[in-house]
Amino acid sequence: MQVNENFEPVIVAFCCNWCSYAGADLSGTNRLNYPTNVKIIRVPCSCRVNPMFILRAFQKGADGVIICGCHPGDCHYTSGNYFTRRRITLLYSMLDFLGIERNRTRLEWVSAAEGAKFAATMQQFTEDVKALGPNRRLEDLRCRKQ
Amino acid sequence: MQEAMIKRAKELLADGSVDRVIGWKRGEFAYDITPAVFTTAEELDRDFVCDDFTAANVSKYLVKETQKEGKILAFLKPCDTYSFNQLVKEHRIDREKVYVIGIEGGPKLDIEKIKAKGITGILSVKNEDYTLKIETIYGTQTMPFYEAILGKCASCKSKKHVVFDELIGEDGDVLDSNRFEMVEKLENMTAQERFDFWRDQLSKCIRCNACRNVCPACTCENCVFDNPKSGIDNKAPADSFEENMFHIIRAFHVAGRCTDCGECSRVCPQHIPLHLLNRKFIKDINELYGEYQAGADTTSRAPLNTYDKNDCEPSVVHERGVE
Ligand code: SF4
Ligand code: SF4
Ligand code: SF4
Ligand code: FES
Repeated sequence: MQVNENFEPVIVAFCCNWCSYAGADLSGTNRLNYPTNVKIIRVPCSCRVNPMFILRAFQKGADGVIICGCHPGDCHYTSGNYFTRRRITLLYSMLDFLGIERNRTRLEWVSAAEGAKFAATMQQFTEDVKALGPNRRLEDLRCRKQ
Repeated sequence: MQEAMIKRAKELLADGSVDRVIGWKRGEFAYDITPAVFTTAEELDRDFVCDDFTAANVSKYLVKETQKEGKILAFLKPCDTYSFNQLVKEHRIDREKVYVIGIEGGPKLDIEKIKAKGITGILSVKNEDYTLKIETIYGTQTMPFYEAILGKCASCKSKKHVVFDELIGEDGDVLDSNRFEMVEKLENMTAQERFDFWRDQLSKCIRCNACRNVCPACTCENCVFDNPKSGIDNKAPADSFEENMFHIIRAFHVAGRCTDCGECSRVCPQHIPLHLLNRKFIKDINELYGEYQAGADTTSRAPLNTYDKNDCEPSVVHERGVE
């Protein structure tokens, strides 16, 4: 695949309200940089993320999707992220089975105190997706821009 | 076996144990079999059939049937009992309203495999000592029985009835069927090869919804794919994305509940190997969360309805490598 140096991926980050969204906020108040490619969607809990949301994000133009939630054991709703973990593992594995590039998906646990981790995670993920180039295998041609 | 079944069904109808019977009847052609409900001895004598083509799993029909008054007799093959059990577990079937007679399983035949041999104008198909004698309007043809069996029967996972009130014939054992062979083969391909394989397959989908409609795990009153607001309720897929979306989501919705009954692949008019999607989930669940067979019992928690604090992270997928 030809690597386009100017390619700026669209990254959709689903962040749970209680930890990761606060983590993102902290990274902002600490003036840590994370790529502007990242579009955050706040969800009440990581387990709110229905597999359809993830596919939908790819359909509408995302090149990578990352889910962030509280660390296992710390979910505001006690066990939500344990369910997330199973579901998302299986879903990502299925996407892999269909030949969708593995590095377009990710899950990371980020607490409200981990502003630096949030920024670093987004930095790394954006780099990884950039290396892959635009999402072509799970896109909807009708939604392609230009 | 058909005789014994009809006899028993008539007895149960006559003594009032049940007031309906679900089984199969012939359609336009001898091999064209459809599930049917019978209420009288005459109907049973006239239409009831159980032969090499009665592959259809009647469990799902019991969702609607047990919402009605009275009790129904259902004839279930071993594989069907898993679907039945799973539906009981999900509170979709009222167990009290069904009298289950376990019957011998297949292998059942796949008419498409016979037609694929160029045999047309088929009038009847008889199994004589594992050689099929096929009467056609052009004369008699033969082919080996095992070359014409259904894909799902070729990888049968169990001859054991997990639930029944009585049995006609013998009960068998859970089998070691090697059913993940093709899944493994795909796993060992490159991402590009897998992508090409699935694009090739899924692009054939005409979104007839037969796979969903036949699936005993798909019993939602309002399916997401019927929701006009979902944007994917339209008939034929408008874009490759929709093909992917439909199949990923449907497979995901039945993950952990799919008994691997094989009905989806059997009914697909486009011969898409849908079972590979379901088996991928089954294989992953077995490997990551412990062996699990949906429908084997009615008490265990489905793998996606539970968790373990020490579950692996989704990074197990990424650790497989970049490509
Ligand atoms: S049965 Fe086959 S063609 Fe019909 S919707 Fe399912 S996969 Fe598509
Ligand atoms: S997905 Fe297919 S194999 Fe699984 S329960 Fe439904 S019809 Fe049977
Ligand atoms: S595809 Fe999903 S929503 Fe539709 S019937 Fe099956 S499980 Fe229910
Ligand atoms: S509230 Fe953060 S993962 Fe559940």
